[in-house]
Amino acid sequence: MAKRIEVSGLNVYYGDFKAVEDVSMTVEPRSVTAFIGPSGCGKSTFLRTLNRMHEVIPGARVEGKVMLDQQDLYGAGIDPVAVRRVVGMVFQRPNPFPTMSIFDNVASGLKLNGVKDRKKLTEVVESSLKGANLWNEVKDRLDKPGAGLSGGQQQRLCIARAIAVEPEVILMDEPCSALDPISTLAIEDLIEKLKDRFTVVIVTHNMQQAARVSDQTAFFNLAATGKPGRLIEMAPTKQIFSNPAEKATEDYITGRFG
Amino acid sequence: MTAVAENKPAYDGKVLDLTGKSGARAFKNTLATVLIVLAFAVAMIPLLWILFTVVSKGYHLLLSADWWSQSQRGITVRRAGGGAYHAIMGTLIMALITAVIAVPIAILGAIYLVEYGKGTRAAKVVSFMIDILTGVPSIVAALFVYAVWITVFGFNRVGFAVSLSLVLLMLPVVLRSTEEMLKLVPDELREASYALGVPKWKTILKVVVPTAFGGIITGVMLGLARVMGETAPLLILVGYSKNINLNPFNGFMGALPTMINQDRTELALPNAADRVWAAALTLILLVLALNLLARLIARFSAIKSK
Repeated sequence: MAKRIEVSGLNVYYGDFKAVEDVSMTVEPRSVTAFIGPSGCGKSTFLRTLNRMHEVIPGARVEGKVMLDQQDLYGAGIDPVAVRRVVGMVFQRPNPFPTMSIFDNVASGLKLNGVKDRKKLTEVVESSLKGANLWNEVKDRLDKPGAGLSGGQQQRLCIARAIAVEPEVILMDEPCSALDPISTLAIEDLIEKLKDRFTVVIVTHNMQQAARVSDQTAFFNLAATGKPGRLIEMAPTKQIFSNPAEKATEDYITGRFG
Repeated sequence: MTAVAENKPAYDGKVLDLTGKSGARAFKNTLATVLIVLAFAVAMIPLLWILFTVVSKGYHLLLSADWWSQSQRGITVRRAGGGAYHAIMGTLIMALITAVIAVPIAILGAIYLVEYGKGTRAAKVVSFMIDILTGVPSIVAALFVYAVWITVFGFNRVGFAVSLSLVLLMLPVVLRSTEEMLKLVPDELREASYALGVPKWKTILKVVVPTAFGGIITGVMLGLARVMGETAPLLILVGYSKNINLNPFNGFMGALPTMINQDRTELALPNAADRVWAAALTLILLVLALNLLARLIARFSAIKSK
């Protein structure tokens, strides 16, 4: 229940525009890897290639390899739908399904994939909500709409929804940027807990957050507007924040630009 | 705290004009407000006038049970009596058949335009054709069906032929409104579903369409309201019958617009005039009832937030 991701020589294009150039990295299982970097540096784009979510945008394509343990996610005959079942995602803005109750939101991944067994669904909903530190707050109102929760609760609901399908990897695209500090803390505690079971990759603009939650940090940057984003440096988080190898990384984390 | 107070700069003594009132701007504001209220009144006057006239002249026939249960069989224009049951049923049956044919095509078409064909050549062509279809007058749609149904295939003038021509009128209305509603569904919800490993078709069926459901229903009802009052297809494609005929594939059929048209020819006769107003009021009430039904369905399925 947690796999290693090995990326080699990855280029991402939107039509003719090269958004990300030549990224190679290894994301370790049962750890948290943070992507930091200025806006437009391609970190979110790169994150979305890890579960083939970028393909939702017409004209987007990829060169290179993304290996999930032994399997190439971009190999022949690989179905993006099947990839997303093992590599889940949490988005920047909480996006619970507005037509569904809290229970149905958490169960949606299983239900929409054909699981009907009510007993199994009830078990999964309870364990997922507990796993997302939300159970105590919602256990008495599971039949109420998910959209009625606060922003932070909605985001934890989305995390519960993502872990309910038991993925190997969870990708998080700035999961706290729409939340207040208290809700952010709740999510960060949760990320700490999630890494016992999953491989977690998180994109964040908040460097303290990267320092707090991640084991490895990757710094992305782009040479200039209109140029593709590149991976500048990836190292254990402690090292990135205390003794980065690259000047650009040091400039960024000390706030000299970006 | 005292240190802060001591460091506070003194007031500079200048009073800023914050009332924001200048003569020219206030005048323009008043003028625009008056114009807008006038425009609203001008739009409302004919509506209220029509409603008042139709209700006051038509309501008394609607109070009798006969109106809702009898046909006009054997009632000449001079005589009072009979009812509109044949016409109400005719209108409802033809509208129902129209909806059964038009709604699935319109919704599937809108799903194609929004979810699959976005930006493709095929979608642009379909979209352009829908725009043209929106502008087709009802009599042209009726004549087209006449040419195909009666001239080419050699069928008779029946209620079903009317429904076919009404489909042409209802389709673009429902398709456009459904398209707008589907566009309003945020992409984040689609992505949330994809991220759970849900295939695209199931995402559309279980996430996108339910989210847009209330708006889609409203569009369907607007389309129905539009076609229920159409007269040209009735005149061309099915004869008016004063008898009850519930079979859309055989024989002439009554309908409210053609019932109005029938008695209108003898409007000088008080009994005929009464029936005209009563039939008009019945048609308005039917459309109103459908709209209320749409509101109820939309509310029942509304996006729950609390």
